[in-house]
Amino acid sequence: MHHVIVGAGPAGVIAAESLRRKSLVDSITIIGNEPYPAYSRMAIPYLLAGDVGEEGTYLRHAENHFSDLEIDIRNESVTAVSPADKSVSLSSGESVTYDRLLLATGASAIRPPISGMDSPRVHNCWTLFDAHKLLNDVSAGDRVVLLGAGFIGCIVLQALVEMKLDLTVIELADRMLARMMDDPGGRMIKTWCEAKGVKVRTGTEAKAVEEKDGVLEITLGDGSSFAADHIVCAAGVRSNIDFLAGNGINTDHGILVDNHLQTNIEDIYAAGDVAQGPDLSTGEQQVHAIQPTASEHGRIAASQMAGEALPYGGSLSMNVLNTLGLITSSFGLWDGVDGGESVTSEDQAYNRYLRLEFRDDVLIGALAIGLTQHVGILRGLVQTGVRLGAWKQRLMNDPSQIMHAYLACVQGSRA
Amino acid sequence: MYKSLLIDPAKCTSCLQCELACSFENEGLFNPAKSRIKVFEFEHGLTTIPYTCTQCEEAWCLHACPVEAITVNPNTGAKEVSDSICVGCKVCTIACPFGTINYNSSTGKVMKCDLCGGDPQCAEACPTGAIVYVDSDWTGYSKMRDSALEAHA
Ligand SMILES: Cc1cc2nc3c(=O)[nH]c(=O)nc-3n(C[C@H](O)[C@H](O)[C@H](O)COP(=O)(O)OP(=O)(O)OC[C@H]3O[C@@H](n4cnc5c(N)ncnc54)[C@H](O)[C@@H]3O)c2cc1C
Repeated sequence: MHHVIVGAGPAGVIAAESLRRKSLVDSITIIGNEPYPAYSRMAIPYLLAGDVGEEGTYLRHAENHFSDLEIDIRNESVTAVSPADKSVSLSSGESVTYDRLLLATGASAIRPPISGMDSPRVHNCWTLFDAHKLLNDVSAGDRVVLLGAGFIGCIVLQALVEMKLDLTVIELADRMLARMMDDPGGRMIKTWCEAKGVKVRTGTEAKAVEEKDGVLEITLGDGSSFAADHIVCAAGVRSNIDFLAGNGINTDHGILVDNHLQTNIEDIYAAGDVAQGPDLSTGEQQVHAIQPTASEHGRIAASQMAGEALPYGGSLSMNVLNTLGLITSSFGLWDGVDGGESVTSEDQAYNRYLRLEFRDDVLIGALAIGLTQHVGILRGLVQTGVRLGAWKQRLMNDPSQIMHAYLACVQGSRA
Repeated sequence: MYKSLLIDPAKCTSCLQCELACSFENEGLFNPAKSRIKVFEFEHGLTTIPYTCTQCEEAWCLHACPVEAITVNPNTGAKEVSDSICVGCKVCTIACPFGTINYNSSTGKVMKCDLCGGDPQCAEACPTGAIVYVDSDWTGYSKMRDSALEAHA
């Protein structure tokens, strides 16, 4: 049995390792197109901030990790998949046949369709290549515009501040972290960032960029313009599916997969940022472009490819983020559902915020700012869908009792 | 056969010796806020529950870690955080459905119970036998682990 995995990010690597644990005899090949040892994109901010060197972003540290596991890693690009003869074509012209194929090609950064974004002074912050270019081109004190204050933007923001740049954040939506924070939460984060010296302009659109004598002129939606030395673009990503065009594998935003992480074509699976698989909360197919999903998908796809037919309940949308010391997290359906109930508690003075969302007596989503201790139980509660019984009303009265509710309801402790 | 912490809340008097011993062993100071075991009180102290990592087999924290900073100690089975590798991203803290790996703002890293390398100081310090370190079979932890995972996979 030959397993071929396309993409050497977390999803692909974890799938390969899990497959090896399940079978000592199967052949496993990973084909990845980045010229670095397998690494984690999400460690890039710590590289930019100078906390770690490039090797600090690597997924695995032992020198012969992959050869010891007899996992063959090849540095090539897959240009096409041919389900009819069960093979993939490589950029070298060679083709490789598979018995089972995992597509774990991740996502790429995209840029807003405005003029001037092709200037070399406009940077992405998505790959190690981007990170090295940024570190090379940008120096302390430079005027830098961060385009986009979503989840990735806000993570990068922290690193850019640590690089001591003169930072302005421009965000199209009316608040920061629009897809992981509600209004009060987003406001709290914005106020916090401004207090730390970052200029934040929400509800603002960049309309055009022009480079003149090594300086960028950025024109905004209201017609005003200002100058900057560099732009860092964090305005969204797109699953890497272009190489699949026309081969019969169903795609939407990502590769559509069922609750076995299998595509519409037998023996072809997808995992991680490229996969649009079941969402635990809604049952719908969603791309959850986060590390925990990449890791979970990798392990589950490997089980499926090894012939273990356990169905997968779906991934949970969740994030945790440190914005200049303010720690925020979000879980599941934090914006609530029709007919659900909601409770919030806010402590502006201490920058704390907690929002819980229920359907009946089940926690279906949560937001937290300033909560670091035992925050994982929010996942535990949403993931298990445990009934809270009388604790539901107690939480409606006092959401800060959430840990007690968890202990009582999930761990079965008496209360 | 690994040993585990067996916790019997009925024997806990909420003296917090475990929290003090844990923070001293791991952080070098007596500060319950930095303890990896935490005693929760219910009904104004009528019931108290010491709570920490069960070193679960699923190892959600370990799998979620993007840089292999969490590994299994082959002697104890404990999932241990390497401070020199951890970048402080906190993904493990939301991935662990038990909430037993936490961010430590003083170090910028995460921390969790590591069974003190096989000599857990909380158990050592507990005066009532509410926390003991025994063969895994006895602990019934498998039940606790399962309960949190039912909805998964
Ligand atoms: C700056 C930054 C910060 C982040 N922070 C967080 C965070 O705090 N928390 C969190 O949960 N997530 C975070 N993420 C997201 C997280 O990194 C991704 O969800 C994760 O990397 C997805 O893993 P993957 O294996 O699916 O894809 P990727 O890591 O993208 O790996 C896919 C690999 O496949 C390669 N590939 C693509 N096409 C081909 C082809 N045709 N042939 C061969 N190889 C190919 C790609 O080049 C890439 O190397 C962050 C991402 C970035 C960029």
